[in-house]
Amino acid sequence: MRRLPLLLPTLWLVGFVALPLLVVLMLAIAEPGPGVPPFLLPFGWEGGPVLRPNWEPFALLVEDDYYLSAFIRSLWVAGATAGLCLLLAFPMALGIVRAAPRWRAPLLLAVLLPFWTGFLPRVGAWIGLLRDEGWINGILRGLGVIDAPLPLLYSDFALFIGMVHAYLPFAVLPLYASLSRMDLTLEEAAADLGATPATVFRTVTLPLVAPGAAAAFLLVFIPAAGEFVIPELLGPSDALLVGRALWQEFFQNRDWPVAAALAVALLAVLIVPILLFQRLEARR
Amino acid sequence: MSLLEIEGLSKHFGSAQALAGLDLRVEAGEFLALLGGSGSGKSTLLRLIAGFEMPDAGHIRLAGQDLTAMPPHERPLNMMFQSYALFPHLSVAGNVGYGLKRDGTPRAERDTRVAEALAMVGLQDLAGRMPHRLSGGQRQRVALARALVKRPRLLLLDEPLGALDANLRERTGFELRALQRRTGASFIMVTHDQQEALALADRVAVLEKGRLVQIGPPRDIYERPETRFVATFLGAANVLEGTRNREGGLDCPGLGTTLRASAPLPEGTVACALRPERIVLNGPAQDFNSAEGVVEDVAFRGDDSLLLVRAPGGAVLRVSHAEEDGPPPPTGSTVRLGWEAAAVVPLSA
Amino acid sequence: MRRVGLWFGLLFLWLPVLLLAGYAFSDSRIPFQWGGFSLRWFHALAQNEQMLESAWLSLRVAAGAATVAMLLGGAIGWVLARRGPFAGRALFGALAGAPLVLPEVVTGLSLLLTFVLLQNLTGWPAERGALTILLAHGTMGAAYVAVVVQARLAGMDGTLEDAARDLGATPATAFRTITLPLMAPSLVAGWLLAFTLSLDDVVVASFVSGAAGTTLPQRVFSMLRMGLTPEVNALALIILLLALLAAGAVLVAMRRRTEM
Repeated sequence: MRRLPLLLPTLWLVGFVALPLLVVLMLAIAEPGPGVPPFLLPFGWEGGPVLRPNWEPFALLVEDDYYLSAFIRSLWVAGATAGLCLLLAFPMALGIVRAAPRWRAPLLLAVLLPFWTGFLPRVGAWIGLLRDEGWINGILRGLGVIDAPLPLLYSDFALFIGMVHAYLPFAVLPLYASLSRMDLTLEEAAADLGATPATVFRTVTLPLVAPGAAAAFLLVFIPAAGEFVIPELLGPSDALLVGRALWQEFFQNRDWPVAAALAVALLAVLIVPILLFQRLEARR
Repeated sequence: MSLLEIEGLSKHFGSAQALAGLDLRVEAGEFLALLGGSGSGKSTLLRLIAGFEMPDAGHIRLAGQDLTAMPPHERPLNMMFQSYALFPHLSVAGNVGYGLKRDGTPRAERDTRVAEALAMVGLQDLAGRMPHRLSGGQRQRVALARALVKRPRLLLLDEPLGALDANLRERTGFELRALQRRTGASFIMVTHDQQEALALADRVAVLEKGRLVQIGPPRDIYERPETRFVATFLGAANVLEGTRNREGGLDCPGLGTTLRASAPLPEGTVACALRPERIVLNGPAQDFNSAEGVVEDVAFRGDDSLLLVRAPGGAVLRVSHAEEDGPPPPTGSTVRLGWEAAAVVPLSA
Repeated sequence: MRRVGLWFGLLFLWLPVLLLAGYAFSDSRIPFQWGGFSLRWFHALAQNEQMLESAWLSLRVAAGAATVAMLLGGAIGWVLARRGPFAGRALFGALAGAPLVLPEVVTGLSLLLTFVLLQNLTGWPAERGALTILLAHGTMGAAYVAVVVQARLAGMDGTLEDAARDLGATPATAFRTITLPLMAPSLVAGWLLAFTLSLDDVVVASFVSGAAGTTLPQRVFSMLRMGLTPEVNALALIILLLALLAAGAVLVAMRRRTEM
């Protein structure tokens, strides 16, 4: 009776979280095959257990510039997105914390609600805004600023707009949490001891929200590094990112082992930020 | 036979020994205070009696029935929690009636008894109110009514006055004792507040590091502490050390004089307690139970002043000077201190 | 002056959403161009059999996944908040939280490979579609539910269950009469969260059902890939209103505050 509530979730987590991760690991060293599913297991039974790992997918990742540059670009996009989100989110979180108490909940809600309004419709809205015949070009042309439409859509600009728009709420929340936990008298104490407002911000506020800011950065960075939909719909068609590379290997090339190897490599790259994030969360 | 008998009760958490072979008896209708600092094991003892923890060794018997292996819901005793633990989704009446419902008490009887219990604590008008709409004092009463409604023979109270304002605390304390008399139940109250323990309880049990160091009526404990810990924890007595001389007195070098007690002193090095309020200023000069010293500091406390007086041997005595005896001597002045032999209480440890 | 950052951020977040909602009523054939008020795109949507089929499938999958997530995540949250130490607790917590931090492509690929392998070994699941999406979304949603439930229980006085036991409740009765009612608002909120999560997902659904799958997000995704149509605007507005409704429900559920 007492074990049941523990046993069922444990079985589920092992079956649908732990096992899949092991399977990906295994597939990454499997031989691609012609059949359905298109791979051969990296072990078998031929009068005894035999292992036949195939290291080619990983070798490919290291040797082929294509994948390497996909990784570098993904990390750059994720880092820049997270940085931009932090820059935008900090004044927002500060504004909410400093607002009158009865306004805090509605403001916080206003930040979170777009997150609930469906991810694809919001990306769609940006397509409508950024297209050649879209709103932004229309306004600029109406004002006579430009003659020909600016190529806004399918550019890095559109990519970052979409990424920041999608992930901004993730950055506001941890910042808001750490700012609202901060003892406001600390800033007053610093001011009392002779610090100017700028010095107070630099020597007291920033160090105290640093863990929250780090959590916010990682909360955006981790999912952004593997993002597929936004680059696919808003970014340049040749934008090479890990998420897209993985998708193509799987759906177009049907090379499951390489797709799995990409997933393992992405996990390996993200494991440090993930552990760092979980550590920050545990400390709260 | 005592109502509650505890024998050799031990409990450890990891490497920390919370209780070390504790024996305790509580009589029917008795109000017992468990007094101790944090980490003394007093709360652990309460949770063991209630059944939320299992002891490593020892037995707990209530009215002759062994409770040691019984789960909490079967134990015929109730507890009032320090946080009150009022169920936030149930009304006041829902909270108080919860235990009766678990026993399958019929609806009609339940309603009567809930109403009785609420009347007993003066909350009959708030039966429908939700807990978060109550004041601190009202919550305390709901918790009390909920714990008493099942008419337990033994009620455990974990810091029952701890969360109340100072001015509410005194009145609630009196009410608590009146309730205990009226219900005839035995109360075991855990507290870290010595004044609360002395004021309310029939007997006070002092705990230190998981052991029972002294148990007895409040006046006995206060006037005749047996150990250094009890002497300083209750009323902050002066503890003086010395060696017994041939005449049966105690040569006390820190004080620069000899102590004489009305009780016989043991051999060797002995520590004695001397309460600040038992020391009088400007007593007669004699060669024992009398010392001269310099007033180092004076603190006004309302009905008296506390003096710190340094004796020639270096010991600093805490001396209480009553307001009605006029203004206290100024800092820096020399005073003569004196006390009766009955005020000197030898300590065993 | 201090508020400028806040208002700019809110404008940035809301402008596209509001424009989209407004242009859903435009009569023009070109999306985001005003051609007078009309409900024609809602009519067109209502006539689009494929779209309605996908919507119905997505709603059923989302409801099922949310229910699985609520039960599973509720149990996980309870274990993490109330069950004290046990062997493997750290690993349990890490596995429970993993879907929160894994990139979608990794979650999708790893679950698909597992389903394929399971099918080859045991014959189950016989086909990939609604059931596999439901299982995948249920697993992801459970991680979110667990966080909400755990936070709720952690904010509650830990002695409440002790008090119930002391008053004569067996462990099961204490859970039913005290713990479960306390968890209830977070379970409702978690269900809705998992529901919208499932309605929003393209990537994992595409992996575990095949890229040409037919959930609503999958269909919208391929439409957006082709280019924007005013129908998507109308659909987006409906999703938006549903989401607002769900968010309102969450708020009400969380508002049933039971502060001590």
